[in-house]
Amino acid sequence: MSLMGQDVLTEDGLFMVNIGPQHPSTHGVLHLKVWLDGETIVKIQPHLGYIHRSIEKMSENLSYRNFIFATSRMDYLSAHINNEACALTVEKGLGIQATPRAKVIRIIMAELTRLASHQLWWGCTGLDLGAVTPFFYAFRDREAINGIMEETCGARLTMNYMVPGGVMYDLHPNFQKHTKDVMASIKKNLADYDNLLTGNVIFEMRTKGVGVLSKEDAISFGCTGPTARASGVSCDIRKLFPYSGYENVQFDEILATGGDCYDRYMCRMAEMRQSVNIIEQLIDTIPEGDFQEKTKAVIKLPKGEFYQRVETARGELGVYIVSDGAASPYRVKYRSPGFSNLSALSQMAQGVKIGDLVAIMATIDLVIPDIDR
Amino acid sequence: MKTIFLISLSSLARHIHIWLEELIGNPNGVYITEMTIVGISLIVFLVVLCFFLGYAERKVAAFMQIRLGPNRVGPKGSLQIIADTVKLLFKEGLTPTAADKFLFHLAPLIMVITAMLALAPIAFAKDFQIFDISIGVLYVASVSSMAVIGILMAGWSSYNKYSLLGAMRSGAQIVSYELSVGLSLISIVILTGSLRMSDIVMSQSDGWWLFKGHIPILISFVIFIIASTAEINRAPFDLTEAESELTGGFHTEYSGMKFAMFLLSEYINLFIVSAIAATLFLGGWMPLHFGHWEGFNHVMDYIPSSIWFLGKTFIIIFIIMWFRWTFPRLRVDQLLNLEWKYLLPISMVNILVVTLMAIMGWHF
Repeated sequence: MSLMGQDVLTEDGLFMVNIGPQHPSTHGVLHLKVWLDGETIVKIQPHLGYIHRSIEKMSENLSYRNFIFATSRMDYLSAHINNEACALTVEKGLGIQATPRAKVIRIIMAELTRLASHQLWWGCTGLDLGAVTPFFYAFRDREAINGIMEETCGARLTMNYMVPGGVMYDLHPNFQKHTKDVMASIKKNLADYDNLLTGNVIFEMRTKGVGVLSKEDAISFGCTGPTARASGVSCDIRKLFPYSGYENVQFDEILATGGDCYDRYMCRMAEMRQSVNIIEQLIDTIPEGDFQEKTKAVIKLPKGEFYQRVETARGELGVYIVSDGAASPYRVKYRSPGFSNLSALSQMAQGVKIGDLVAIMATIDLVIPDIDR
Repeated sequence: MKTIFLISLSSLARHIHIWLEELIGNPNGVYITEMTIVGISLIVFLVVLCFFLGYAERKVAAFMQIRLGPNRVGPKGSLQIIADTVKLLFKEGLTPTAADKFLFHLAPLIMVITAMLALAPIAFAKDFQIFDISIGVLYVASVSSMAVIGILMAGWSSYNKYSLLGAMRSGAQIVSYELSVGLSLISIVILTGSLRMSDIVMSQSDGWWLFKGHIPILISFVIFIIASTAEINRAPFDLTEAESELTGGFHTEYSGMKFAMFLLSEYINLFIVSAIAATLFLGGWMPLHFGHWEGFNHVMDYIPSSIWFLGKTFIIIFIIMWFRWTFPRLRVDQLLNLEWKYLLPISMVNILVVTLMAIMGWHF
């Protein structure tokens, strides 16, 4: 086939299309080189590096208080949880624990973040599959959660609320009432979400049996979070390696077996309900007391290596700090969930149509700054 | 049927005709003048219609998406669409360097012209029709299927891989769905025994085909709505533009007024499809009558026939807009499966049933 006299096919008769770095459904500057046979995908090659800001290298020159906040810009939809992971690692190095009040605040904030992130994902999934309306319903509820964040943390997206030893300020006086109101409305609205998208025939046709990731593949690619749990891999860090007091909270780890787009979708939908459940358990019983453990003005970690993992909205985030005893880390390494989940994309998208590729990318919930850092 | 029209487009047309005859005298001159008036008023009508449909679509979308929609420019945002048109007019119309210039510029024109041609045999009101051609239904079906040439041309000449993919999709899609549209039109033609639009409307003076035709006509009505939504590339069948997959599909490279022309043709096509559905299945400009409710029927007769026609058309337009803002998009193979494995076989069986019904006289 030729276009204006120029051959557009590769030697083996395939049609190469660049999806991204600017494309509506990559949700960022991800660049996929896709080789097509008609509409069927033969090969995918993800290209990274368009939004690399060397956060890890930058952290080597920042103090232990400051480097935490660079991570808000990694997975910006789980900014709270990223900050928490770093704060926990520093606490581990110092050998201290956050105050009981701070621990509960951290859980509530983390679950609110997870809810907001999943809501945005839900809206974008609808958008990618061609249904525009869910996006607005999702953003209405996400807006309410951002309102809570703004009240207490002063910011809506990059909260920078977690510090070693606790949280930066105490909760806003309206926090409990506001959160309870929002939870009540979200519980009601989750039914709307299902009515809008979940039961739709076209939606089920587009997602069931599409982009299947087997349990073995999920493990070998290092997938985590809802992406892996939909394939039956039990990997919820909150359950397996509880941190920050998750061992005292009642919630279920959501597992599915199909590993297709629909199961990934249903896992996240169920996780939203679990998050609401966790918040409702804790909101009335926030312990009184200090919101921050006393720490020195200049934090110095002892010589050694420290690792802490947490469950972000996308999967397992690992923070690895090598300290040489100075006031800033010697080396920082983040194990980001998005990178490993993306690596499974070419496996999942083997032999599917372009429309399915968009569905798969939507349901593994990629956040590009998290992949590139 | 005795009807009294307070405002009648047909009498207006007759008055203009008489006035022109007195003024000019020469029959050929009158004819040419009338055609010019018709042409100009048609273009004005289309532009106003597209402004209205653009505004309606935004408001319908906003209504379904818990937001307000345009509300800044003009009263209740009604001038927003004019502001947008002015913006598009002043925008630079970019042409890709490697594009085939001639076809690239021709494609939007073909889209608009084919859309406009299909308006000719539509009966807007009682005795108010541009051209009551004897093969009206066939004419509309054939002219509207020419739009695929414009889309293919736009996609192929843009020198863009996304555009090419979109154009190829539309080729497969429009050609397939044309069959179902044609077959559901034929079911009405079988019952009426005529392809002429005015005959089809007159045959519904004692009841609309949707009510008279039992279940088979209901089925062909539903198939017509589904297939024509696909034929005019609207969601959930908007695979040719599929912004989340192909960024813009066949019109990715178009900007400025050329892009606006694609938008214009989309809205004209939306109107035509709804108008055809209203004419064939819902009685066109015929008022709603119930058997022996003399009083009710009399009141219904007072509503001008153009209002009946436009009202029915806009109800169908609303339904098609409703589809767009609630359904996710189908995948390309599912789209073709739907047509070839479900709609087409059902339409074929349906045609047989309708034929049997027409022969045996089982319809009302």
